[in-house]
Amino acid sequence: MMSIMSVGCDRQGEPETPPAEACVRRVVLVGNPNVGKSVFFSYLTGIYTEVSNYPGTTIEISSGRSGDDIVMDTPGIYGVSSFNDEERVARDIVLGADVILNVVDAVHLDRDLFLTLQLLDMDIPMVIALNFMDEAQKAGLKIDTARLSEMTGVPVISTIAVKRVGFESLRPALQSARRGHADPQTREQVSPVLGTVKTVAEALLVAEGDEVVSERYGTPPLQHREEIYVRRRQRANDIVGQVVHESGGSRRFASALGRATLNPWTGIPIFLCVLYAIYQIVGVLLAQTIVGFTEDTVMQGHWEPAVRAVVFRWLPEGSVAGTMLAGQFGLLTMTITYLIGLLLPLVAGFYLVLSILEDSGYLPRLAALADRSFTGLGLNGRAVVPIILGFGCITMGTITTRLLGTRREKTIATAILNFAIPCSAQLGVITLLLGRIGVQYAVAYIAVIGTCLVLLGTILHRFLPGESSPLLIDIPPMRLPRLGNVLRKTFFRVASFMKEAYPWFLVGSFLVALMQVTGALVAWQNALSPLTTGWLQLPREASNAFVMGMVRRDFGAAGFASMSLTPPQTLVALVAVTLFVPCIASVMILFKERGKRDAALIWVGSWIAAFGVGGIVSQLIIR
Amino acid sequence: MTLDKAKRGSEIQILSISDPHSRSLLMRMGISEGSSVICQEKLPRGPVVLRCKRQEIAVGRKLAQCIHVK
Repeated sequence: MMSIMSVGCDRQGEPETPPAEACVRRVVLVGNPNVGKSVFFSYLTGIYTEVSNYPGTTIEISSGRSGDDIVMDTPGIYGVSSFNDEERVARDIVLGADVILNVVDAVHLDRDLFLTLQLLDMDIPMVIALNFMDEAQKAGLKIDTARLSEMTGVPVISTIAVKRVGFESLRPALQSARRGHADPQTREQVSPVLGTVKTVAEALLVAEGDEVVSERYGTPPLQHREEIYVRRRQRANDIVGQVVHESGGSRRFASALGRATLNPWTGIPIFLCVLYAIYQIVGVLLAQTIVGFTEDTVMQGHWEPAVRAVVFRWLPEGSVAGTMLAGQFGLLTMTITYLIGLLLPLVAGFYLVLSILEDSGYLPRLAALADRSFTGLGLNGRAVVPIILGFGCITMGTITTRLLGTRREKTIATAILNFAIPCSAQLGVITLLLGRIGVQYAVAYIAVIGTCLVLLGTILHRFLPGESSPLLIDIPPMRLPRLGNVLRKTFFRVASFMKEAYPWFLVGSFLVALMQVTGALVAWQNALSPLTTGWLQLPREASNAFVMGMVRRDFGAAGFASMSLTPPQTLVALVAVTLFVPCIASVMILFKERGKRDAALIWVGSWIAAFGVGGIVSQLIIR
Repeated sequence: MTLDKAKRGSEIQILSISDPHSRSLLMRMGISEGSSVICQEKLPRGPVVLRCKRQEIAVGRKLAQCIHVK
């Protein structure tokens, strides 16, 4: 992504195009969310990117080549401006475009044309691809493509992307891309700015009050957005009136299931069923059966002994290098086991489930359903995705907070994830221990952690400056996910997650291994013991579990599994270890995503929360 | 009245949207002042789901309180 952005910047920096690059055109795909852009992209370039149903998950930008052209995908947007991260990314790519392929959902033409007309006003050569023509036909819509082409002034092709119908005319159409009919009044409002900026597109954004683009040229943003938007919406409605003819088709769109998911009486039972299915797939099948095999049998049973045998042949056991490489926290032993044996299957499972949920169109419905409960915590319904993912892996959840609207929401969601949500690895051990000590303790555990979650969200919501954004999302129709698409998407996400988390985890393990070699680990354990024995009233070895918990959350919980604790002590230990600091990989991502100050606050705060709440519970129930 | 008071299943007309940012966002999705929409679903104390032609949009309760309808 970085390289793509820098190419865009270079070009803006040099006004005259060098002759050698004259034939290389930058073709940019632009469209609303869920219009099938990615299918066009993979057809043109042969490289796959993701197709998603949840507004705002494709912030990573893909690019590829089609003949001499560079083809770039953009996040789904409803208009070009700087309202959120996706739009800012899309805006800059659009500003660097030589040709735009605007993909439009034929069923929702009235919505999609707003963006189309804005692109026309930008005066960039363009082609319109009317996608989902089959669904439009089923809905009883007849679309006059010739008239649409006439009214917009650019070539229009009709397609059914998933079946590749109409794709043969895609490349010829891109060759005949033209600048279309801009709105004359808007053009007049834009013209005073033309002298100060380089292109009509930039001038349009300045006229629409875009602060980022205005600042680039040191010119004050104009206040014409409202006027231009109203006129554009009117023009879009006019075009739809002339181009679309309805002949009362079947109402498949408000499908029974789609309605049921949004009805409070049926929606909550459906959600519980979905949650149970996720628990069965991820919590039972993956976390227990598959991870049991990959982590215990494959990695710890075969890989680690083999590595130790090789390493200790050259480096004596107990030597510094030997311990660093193949010791308890070794870079070749624990790190690899954790990444491949534990993290990989879990992350793959979670992304598989997430991809299915996304492609089915269920997530925005869930966001609507959950919105009420989230507003009290200063979040809106969109935060369900990072929170659900957090139960899989906190690191994964923290990365996904990027899709939230404001910095404030990102901070609140990240804090909740890192304090109060146990990850699946930890959840496995916690469930095991709670099972041992009985139902009343399990209920007490859930009550304590739940209270902490609500308190944390409420307090942050109360004291963080600013305001959280209200829920405003488009709810796509429910669709049956396509297996190939789901699998490919899962693969690319897992690959990019592993690429992102892996180096950080390596650094973390290296530091712990270093602590072990230098003796810092033992000193640490001793320093911690007054807190664990005195205040939490746990056995002395408990401090080991907390040190381990800093490396990996489930290590902490697992440490307690092997100790003989009374049921009240178990409860105290589990509460403390759940609220305790996130694992090293999460901490690294935490610093990267939220910056030093917030991340440090969250890290220190979770020490206080773990020992504070754990201690209070201990003082209350252990006498 | 405001949108959060609209009855489920009723056809309503948007009169004004007081928050300018949400006004812009809704305009892009196809809903502007003067549009006729259907109040498709209301979640208890939660969002209002609007249907405009073939499209459904969920509007958070707080935002719904700033939208005047008839």
